This record gives sequence, C-alpha cells and structure tokens, in this order.
Amino acid sequence: MTSSIGSRVVAHALLIIGIVIVAFPIYYVFVASTHSLREILNPPLPLIPGDQFLHNYYEAIFGGVRRIGGVSATRLLVNTTIVGLCVAIGKIVISILSAYAIVFFRFPFRMTFFWMIFITLMLPVEVRILPTYKVMVQLHLIDTFGGLILPLIASATATLLFRQFFMTIPAELVEAARVDGAGPWRFFFDILLPLSKTNIAALFVILFIYGWTQYLWPLLVTNSNDMNTIIIGLKKMISFADADTQWHLVMVTCILAILPPILVVVLMQRWFVKGLVESEK
Amino acid sequence: MATISLHDVKKSYGRTEVIHGIDLDVTDGEFIVIVGPSGCGKSTLLRMVAGLEAISAGTIEIGGRVVNDLEPRERDIAMVFQNYALYPHMSVYDNMAYGLKIAGLSKPAIRERVDAAARMLELEPYLGRKPKALSGGQRQRVAMGRALVRQPAAFLFDEPLSNLDAKLRVQMRLEIKSMQRNVETTSLYVTHDQVEAMTLADRLVVMNAGHAEQIDTPLNVYRTPATTFVAGFIGSPAMNLMPATVAANGKGLELDGGGTVKPRDTVLPENGRKVFLGVRPEHLSPVDEFNADLKLAVRAVETLGADTLAHGRLADGGATGSEMVVRLPGTSAVKPDEVLPLAIEPGTAHLFDRENGKRMEA
Repeated sequence: MTSSIGSRVVAHALLIIGIVIVAFPIYYVFVASTHSLREILNPPLPLIPGDQFLHNYYEAIFGGVRRIGGVSATRLLVNTTIVGLCVAIGKIVISILSAYAIVFFRFPFRMTFFWMIFITLMLPVEVRILPTYKVMVQLHLIDTFGGLILPLIASATATLLFRQFFMTIPAELVEAARVDGAGPWRFFFDILLPLSKTNIAALFVILFIYGWTQYLWPLLVTNSNDMNTIIIGLKKMISFADADTQWHLVMVTCILAILPPILVVVLMQRWFVKGLVESEK
Repeated sequence: MATISLHDVKKSYGRTEVIHGIDLDVTDGEFIVIVGPSGCGKSTLLRMVAGLEAISAGTIEIGGRVVNDLEPRERDIAMVFQNYALYPHMSVYDNMAYGLKIAGLSKPAIRERVDAAARMLELEPYLGRKPKALSGGQRQRVAMGRALVRQPAAFLFDEPLSNLDAKLRVQMRLEIKSMQRNVETTSLYVTHDQVEAMTLADRLVVMNAGHAEQIDTPLNVYRTPATTFVAGFIGSPAMNLMPATVAANGKGLELDGGGTVKPRDTVLPENGRKVFLGVRPEHLSPVDEFNADLKLAVRAVETLGADTLAHGRLADGGATGSEMVVRLPGTSAVKPDEVLPLAIEPGTAHLFDRENGKRMEA
C-alpha cells in the first residue's frame, strides 16, 4: 500500500459515515426498545438506551405481544423460522436438481424447459398472485405451512446460478467420473454437491433472508393469527391511533425480527463471501 | 490385460463422417500410439474405445468382448486425461480410491492398491494433499495412479503430457513407458507430438483426416512411410518432397523444380510417371560439385548446436525451385547465399505416386 495517511483518513471517514448511515436506524430501534412507552411517546427520544431493557423484552416474549398481536412472539419466530428455512432449503434443492438435469442430461425439449424456467424470471410474484391464491384455496392450503412455503419454493434465479456454475465444470471431470464408474446419482452426491458447497452457502443466506422477510404472500395466505409470520405480526401490532400502539413492544419485536437474519449472515459470512467471489475450480 | 481390436470403426456427426473406417488389432501388452495433427480424429477414436463417444459403425472389442454398447465403467478400461481431470475436492488418496470404492472393493484392498500405486509413482508423501497443492507433474502422476489402481484391461491416454513443460514432459514420457513396461497393460496413447509417438510406441497409428494412414513400428514408419502425409508428418524437420517425373532412357528423375537426379540404389518406375521424390534432411550430405545429386541455394541457416539446418531452394530451379531443408553437422560452415552441392545417401530416396500420395515400391 502506497496511499498517504491523508487519503487513508478520508477513506476511513467515508466508510465510518456509511456505517453510521446504515446502522443508525437499527440502533435507534434498539434504543426505543429499551425505553418505556411513555418516554417513546414523549419526543424527543433519547439517543442512549434506557433502563427498561429486561422489562420490555420479558414482557414482549412472555405475553405482551400475545395481548396485542394474538400470538406469542415465540410462536411468530418459530413460524418465520420454519418458513425461512423451508423456502431456502426447498429452493436450493429444487434449483440444483433442475440445473443438474438441464446441464448434464440430454432429453427432449431440454431447452424448452430451460426457457420456461428462464421466462418465469420476468414475472414478478404480484402478477401471478391471484391465480396462485385460487390454487391454494382449492388445495385447502390456506393457513398452513404448505400454503406459506410451496408457492415460493421454485427459484429461476437459483436455477440459473447453478446452471452457470455447472457449465464451468470441465467435461473431462464428468468423463473421468464416468470412467471411474460413477452413475448419475453418485456423480451428483460425490462430486457435484461438494464442489457446489460455497455456492449453496451463499444462496442459502440470500434465500433465507428472502423467505424471512416475505410480507405480501403470508399476508394473503394466512387468516389465523397462529400462522402469522413475525413480519405480519409486527404489522398487526401497529394500530391506527398512535397512542393505542405499544411502541416499546413493537420495537422489541423489530429487534427479534432482524436478529435471526443477522445471525445467519454473521455465522455464514466466510462461506457467503467465498461463494460470491470464488470462480477458480 | 487384453487385446483390443477395432474393425471398420466409423464415426459421424449428423451426416458428416469424421472417422472413415479404422481397423486395428492390438496384441496383449502392446503400447500403441495414435498420432496425427489436430482435428485428425485421434482423440475421437480414443474416446470411442473408452465409451465416451458412441460408435456410428463397426465393432470395438476389448479382451475379445464386443463393447460397442457398454458404458465406460463396464469396459474395464482406465483413462488419463489431458487436463488430469482430478476431483478438486478430494485428496490424492481419495482421487485414486474413488473408482475402487464404486467398484465395491473392501477398504483394506483399496488401501493396498493405492499404496502400491503411490509407491510406484513416488506419490506417498502427497496422499493427503488436495490436487490444488500439487505441481503439474505430480497431478499427472495422480492421474496415472488413478488409472493404475484399477488394474484395467487397457490404459487410454489422451495427450497426457501436453500441459507440462518441455523438461517435465521428457521425464514423464520415460515414467509412462517404464510404468507400462512394469505392468504390461495394453495401452492406447494419443498425441500430436511425434517425439512422444516415436519414443513410446511399440506400434504407431498415423492418422490424417479420419483415416489411419499407416500402422507400423516407429522405425518402419520412419524408414518406409506409406504416404506423403506420413512422410511429411514423422521426422523433424519434415522430409523434403519434390515433384518429379521419371525421365526416359534411364536418366533418372526430372525435377519440376529444375535439374535431374538419379538416386542410387532406388528402383524407378516406368517412364513418364509423375512422382514425388522424398529425401529426409538428414540423408543429404555435402559433397564436391562433381558428385552432387542436387544443388541447394541456401537462404537461411539455423544453428542448433549439434546440427545445422540449411533452408533454401533447388539452385537449378531459380526462384521457383522446390523448397528444401538439409541437416548438416554442427561443425558445418555453410552460410546464406552459398550454393551447396548435395548427394542423396544411397537407398534413402522415397518415391510416392503423385496421383494418390502412396508410396511406390519397386
């Protein structure tokens, strides 16, 4: 590094400003979650955490949220975790298998299928939301995990990513495996899957957060409070009149809602970055 | 250990035929090198034997068993690829053991075979490493080890040395040869490098544009090339081929590039026949003008140390004389723009029919 001290200072200052801009709202939510309702409603809100941390979190987790949202925060978290995990894992399983079929097998209408998958990229969820809802109703999947998860479980993007990755695998490697006697399944599990590890990890992070933060679809497909995800629960806790809203509990729920995705990112960061950066095989 | 026989093997992609009927019988333990320029179909032929490409016509037998419709793993062969094709996520040990594991061998049996191969290829210190942590030569050895442990009926090599640097290539060439001698496994080896071909092969298959132009021992291919293609492909620098016509009255050959020549100890065909006269650069020697068969107007001189190559044209043909190369001893003092009188060593001239490029034997 030959950069001068001056330019290093400027660079760091810019980075710090960036971090502050991104992190401040989250910090403010945390601050609000540690004050009493009265203090929150009486502006300005202090910039340092208050003394109600234990009280607020205890109340929110053990009953408070149930009183205002209908179900406990734990239930909301469990629901959302199930949805997030199933969506992420389901998307990965389905897309890696379809990419495997498209790249390594020759079958009639192979390219037709590829283009069908590709074209769905152009249709946002909102466009097909009514027919999808109708199908869910007819399959009696309203207010079930099936209904929450299944419509979100196919991913054209992930299929394309795996396809691109699989196409970089040298043909000789596939042939070596054939000569070694590996059939299609063995090749998939012994060679393809281990080589895709980092890609899978990166996708898992992205897709888990995608599943966790779903709003529109869970809102439509759940009626019972028991099946709400935490994002929906959060919305339901906010009533129209400001004074009726238990803001301190809402803030606690907010923190609870962003904690798991942050944990996933932090714990899988090494893999995540590797999966995005790594190209050499 | 097994014989391999190819009978009228053809390959077409759509309506384009790329391999036009190859016949080849490989005896048990023989080392066959398939050599040819790129695009001649040599790799395709090997991949057809391996079962990686379907056969359009003909039959391939390995060990007396027709394998046309068998999967690679059922053919009892092992293959070494140009880019090694090692599994990047497996250790050297696992790379070698993978095929055996699939074949259902017991763990101790696998260990025994891998250890034996590792000892033979001096890979023992690297068994725990990933391919990424190995040099090119070591990776190539692992690829060979992977083939070796299978104890197959035949080894198939697809240009295994072309990714290595020159020095390593020579070393690995010797190792492959001694490994093959050791285990006496029938081998097919594809290369475009004629030195590899000459040094490794028990017999050579010289391929051109989907045909096997000649199948013979390296020395026979060198001494009696069957066609002008083989003559030009095997030997470096390439054989000089000069268009000529058989002159009347036994005067010898009238060169289209100017002058006449009567190679000694060579029986000429009937008068008026249009031929190519082939002379290897190493079979021409400088003589005094009186004894010269040919005169070379030297244009450029390459000094290689041991040898000196003189490039030029036939002096009698002027600017349109046939191009020629002569290999002279390294001590030769030849300079550009000299005229070099040359004699063809007795019995070393080759004659090819100008119509079809085939060798003419008297």
